[in-house]
Amino acid sequence: MLIRQCGDVDLAEECAQDAFAAAVERWPSDGVPPSPAGWLITTARNRAIDRLRRESTRDARQRAAALLDPGLPEEVGIVTDDRLRLIFTCCHPALAPAARVALTLRLLGGLTTPEIARAFLVSEATMAARITRAKKKISAARIPYRVPREADLPDRLRGVLAVIYLVFNEGYTALDRSELGAEAVRLGRLLVELMPDEPEARGLLALMLLAEARRPARTDAGGSLVRIGEQDRSAWDAELVAEGHALVRQCLRRGQPGPYQVQAAIAAVHSDGPSPDWTQIKQLYDQLLTMTPTPVVALNRAVAVAEVSGPASALELVNGLALDGYYLFHAVRADLLRRLGRPSEALDAYASALTLTSNPAEQEFLRGRIHQCAREAKPMA
Amino acid sequence: MAQYLLSVYQPTGGEPPAPEALNVIMVNLGKLQQEMKDAGAWVFSGGLEAPETATVLQATGSLRPDGTLSSDEVLLTDGPFIEAKEYLGGFTIIEADDLDEALRWGRRTAATIGLPIEVRPFFRVES
Repeated sequence: MLIRQCGDVDLAEECAQDAFAAAVERWPSDGVPPSPAGWLITTARNRAIDRLRRESTRDARQRAAALLDPGLPEEVGIVTDDRLRLIFTCCHPALAPAARVALTLRLLGGLTTPEIARAFLVSEATMAARITRAKKKISAARIPYRVPREADLPDRLRGVLAVIYLVFNEGYTALDRSELGAEAVRLGRLLVELMPDEPEARGLLALMLLAEARRPARTDAGGSLVRIGEQDRSAWDAELVAEGHALVRQCLRRGQPGPYQVQAAIAAVHSDGPSPDWTQIKQLYDQLLTMTPTPVVALNRAVAVAEVSGPASALELVNGLALDGYYLFHAVRADLLRRLGRPSEALDAYASALTLTSNPAEQEFLRGRIHQCAREAKPMA
Repeated sequence: MAQYLLSVYQPTGGEPPAPEALNVIMVNLGKLQQEMKDAGAWVFSGGLEAPETATVLQATGSLRPDGTLSSDEVLLTDGPFIEAKEYLGGFTIIEADDLDEALRWGRRTAATIGLPIEVRPFFRVES
């Protein structure tokens, strides 16, 4: 709302921060006001008016100050709607994908620029430049601060979901960045709350919760990655699993499946009962492959095929995929070769995988497998 | 309202479409422009002659701190300022509430003529 009134992302952001700082100072002594959100909005708006007046050396600034109407009603409902607007503004397709992620984390997640830079392994200066550039484009090109029209919504919602999932994956792959995972889950919850009729938003949240639930079991004491089949299920977060399952059931009742819902359903089957129903998982991957026919999905499907029809038929599927630069392609191939009793070929494939990942837990896992294959590949004396 | 420049980028030396196809494109473009006019979005548009027809004028003086140039001599050269694989083939200036509206006109222009369209806001002068 401040952005709409100020017409300036930076100013609105600074004033909102001022208001939060004032709240931290005053609420402990004065008590929390009856409408905390309304208090924050009013305070932030008053700060914006002050600042604009103070800086109103130019006519334009004075007019902008006049536009801020202090008489607007303080409704908590508006706040909710404004966060939705902000999500869509941050994820506007006219912004570069990397900038969309950064801006979402900055303006919605409240992460600082150094935090975002660290999370994405770029320098602070690079990230600051990226965010500044995005903000400048929002203001100069007049990227509208609103939820897109009905007709544009499906396309734009896809972009928003992709950004949130990207944030999640960034935190999931890099095991030491759990704050990104938590932030993505928070944004996912927010989106479901704001768009309760969008089954894909619900599907994404379910997918993230079910993955997040397994986090405690994903590495062993030595820091090596533990694959889902070998994880200690009692270490999974039962509450998150239950919540994820409930969301998947809600999606199923809707009967409007989309890629996130199907992936969530797969994750749900994985955590349902003592061991997963691979036939059902394979069927879900069949469905996912028709929706998103990418080689990565085909690779994941092949893993399920291996469980249902054996490693030989899976290897045939995997060998035909153009994923040479993808570490999981080599890791999956290696696993299938190992299971087919071809340790020396498996060893080569594990070695290829090892060159393609910089994640310590994955590297540790691959090294373990390489040692194992090396022992098996030794000719019998 | 803000003004946006919709630039059409054309490949250098590319084969132009056959006359009949070009005719269809021009008719459709005319219709789109009429729609822009009816919507009150259209400001100006025009196609440009080939880049070889351009002439560049360049002041030779350097900029002094007071904002004047050290020399008022102007050099004249034949051809476009930038030699590139794609060049500006034409443009439309529109008025729109925001980028989304400008992008809607830009998208329709791209779909009508099949060439890349760059949408760029004009610098806003507060009056």
